Amino acid sequence: MPTHRILAITGQTDEAPDCRTVRLDGAMDAQPGQFVMVWVPGRDEFPMSVSYIGDNFGVTYRIVGNGTRSLSAMNPGDKIGIRGPYGRGFEITGRRMLAIAGGTGMASIAPLVEKAVESGVEVDLALGAKTAPELIMRGRCEEAGAKVHVSTDDGSAGMKGLATDIAAKVLDGGDFDSVCACGPERMTTGVLDLAQKRGLPLQASLERYMKCGIGVCDSCAIDGKHVCVDGPVFSREVLASLTDLGRTRLSISGRRVPLD
Amino acid sequence: MLASGILNETGKSMLEVARAGAGAIVTKSLGIAERSGHPNPCIAEIECGLLNAMGLPNPGVKAYADDIKEAKAGGVPVFGSAIGGSPEEIAEVAVALSAAGVDAVELNLSCPHAKGYGVEIGSSPEKVREVCGGVKSMIDIPVFAKLTPNTSSIASLASAAEEGGADGIVAINTLKGMTICPELKMPVLSNRIGGLSGPAIRSVGVRCVFEIFEAVNIPVIGVGGISTARDALEYIMAGAQAVQIGTAIRSQGTAVFADVCVGLSDFMSENGYKSVSDMVGVAHVADT
Ligand SMILES: Cc1cc2nc3c(=O)[nH]c(=O)nc-3n(C[C@H](O)[C@H](O)[C@H](O)COP(=O)(O)OP(=O)(O)OC[C@H]3O[C@@H](n4cnc5c(N)ncnc54)[C@H](O)[C@@H]3O)c2cc1C
Ligand SMILES: Cc1cc2nc3c(=O)[nH]c(=O)nc-3n(C[C@H](O)[C@H](O)[C@H](O)COP(=O)(O)O)c2cc1C
Ligand code: FES
Repeated sequence: MPTHRILAITGQTDEAPDCRTVRLDGAMDAQPGQFVMVWVPGRDEFPMSVSYIGDNFGVTYRIVGNGTRSLSAMNPGDKIGIRGPYGRGFEITGRRMLAIAGGTGMASIAPLVEKAVESGVEVDLALGAKTAPELIMRGRCEEAGAKVHVSTDDGSAGMKGLATDIAAKVLDGGDFDSVCACGPERMTTGVLDLAQKRGLPLQASLERYMKCGIGVCDSCAIDGKHVCVDGPVFSREVLASLTDLGRTRLSISGRRVPLD
Repeated sequence: MLASGILNETGKSMLEVARAGAGAIVTKSLGIAERSGHPNPCIAEIECGLLNAMGLPNPGVKAYADDIKEAKAGGVPVFGSAIGGSPEEIAEVAVALSAAGVDAVELNLSCPHAKGYGVEIGSSPEKVREVCGGVKSMIDIPVFAKLTPNTSSIASLASAAEEGGADGIVAINTLKGMTICPELKMPVLSNRIGGLSGPAIRSVGVRCVFEIFEAVNIPVIGVGGISTARDALEYIMAGAQAVQIGTAIRSQGTAVFADVCVGLSDFMSENGYKSVSDMVGVAHVADT
């Protein structure tokens, strides 16, 4: 088995000013929340959640540095390498789910919402972003049948506030038995707090610098656990036990640095 | 034992491995200065193993001192792995490791993919002798030399390490390799060349330990492609007093340590061996 599947890009679409989805000429059988390692030849290889599962699969990425900028400059027909899917994704449990997404966290929440609705779960989605144009895949989740609640930091759409603020409000107004979240770590620690206080089961996805993606190099370590194989989706109990959560991460050299 | 470079960037990960049943822990290879390592991709998953060119990422030995303390809470010996661009630098790292409380030092004289480090020093017997001698004169804890199989005679490297005063040998590090992606007409690893580990290299490792056992009178630790008790037995019967495991963690998780230990004791009771030392090097008797 070769290390990467080499797949052609079938198209790229803009989701937001600095956020794109790339679709590939291949299928990906993955759980929502699982990720792949994306090799942009000659540039970089980095982890990305699978945002479109199945045939003509895709990932949705924010352009933050050289690797993602090079990917955004690629055209249909250009080839990239993919390995995965890796890690543990979301499990669909309960009858009424609140999904919470912050920014690009929608990449893993959108396929989760679709799958949960399909399996008969009633889903509310709390979607937060900095500004209105950065709210992505909202229509996709509405079409799937989720009730969508929106917040923006600047109030340009929905409630003015953070994703955790709108999530708290939705939680208070309904009888939820499962919470799933993906977003910046500050959001995740806030969501953990909400779930702890209400005694609700929570699954939330974390990000750490990844090199191998397969549980050998230790670069994604958090409190002796590995985001690439034990995560990226962790349970409330595990999240609550992580002393590094919301505080520190490892740099590319393995030095412990404060979370930015 | 846990091999260097796998799940040992952080103290808590090493602690988990100790709790899972490893009899000793080797740290990741540490240098004086912080290193980012090579850019991604630095791992290629290939048949029968892994090809890696991590490029010795490490935070620098000073920043790692707390991780060593955390690992020591596991109650098993911790070996500090040292790298450096010169004999003096390696000795400096060994001294810092010793001060941080490691039980022994493993000199990585064998990394195949970081320029100026490891194998560039470790493929000349004279250099190996000099490095071992230099380190031995500076610290009191045991010193092991980890050797490269990428040489025409690993036995002469082992003899040189023994002459330099090393207390033991670790063999083998990864074999130099490359994998090319035909569709993209380029090597997969950003560094192009990497080190091959896993089942693919086991018979090379066993042969190396066999040759080293005949050349030296100091203990040998075997490493390379071990994932079962049977694999470990090959190394032990070739002459290894202990073995290390790295790549097998990818498919078996840290449970591999307990599994190998259980398999070894089963084999021993079935075959009437009272201790591991009764099996060390027994394969050599057969050829006389
Ligand atoms: C499990 C997982 C899933 C992810 N899913 C998505 C997603 O769906 N969409 C998305 O936009 N982003 C996702 N990310 C983050 C994404 O990997 C980084 O944004 C991307 O690697 C940036 O690469 P770059 O070369 O453009 O940036 P660089 O200039 O190389 O780095 C910018 C920042 O990106 C992060 N980064 C860079 N390389 C890596 C790496 N190998 N591993 C982890 N983080 C890295 C670091 O924080 C770094 O400071 C995910 C990360 C993880 C761990
Ligand atoms: C990802 C990876 C990183 C490694 N890093 C180091 C290292 O920093 N220092 C070292 O001495 N050996 C390193 N090695 C080599 C291993 O310690 C070991 O010698 C080799 O992998 C063979 O054992 P295995 O087949 O059980 O993995 C590394 C191996 C792998 C796969
Ligand atoms: S990325 Fe290497 S252990 Fe997780």
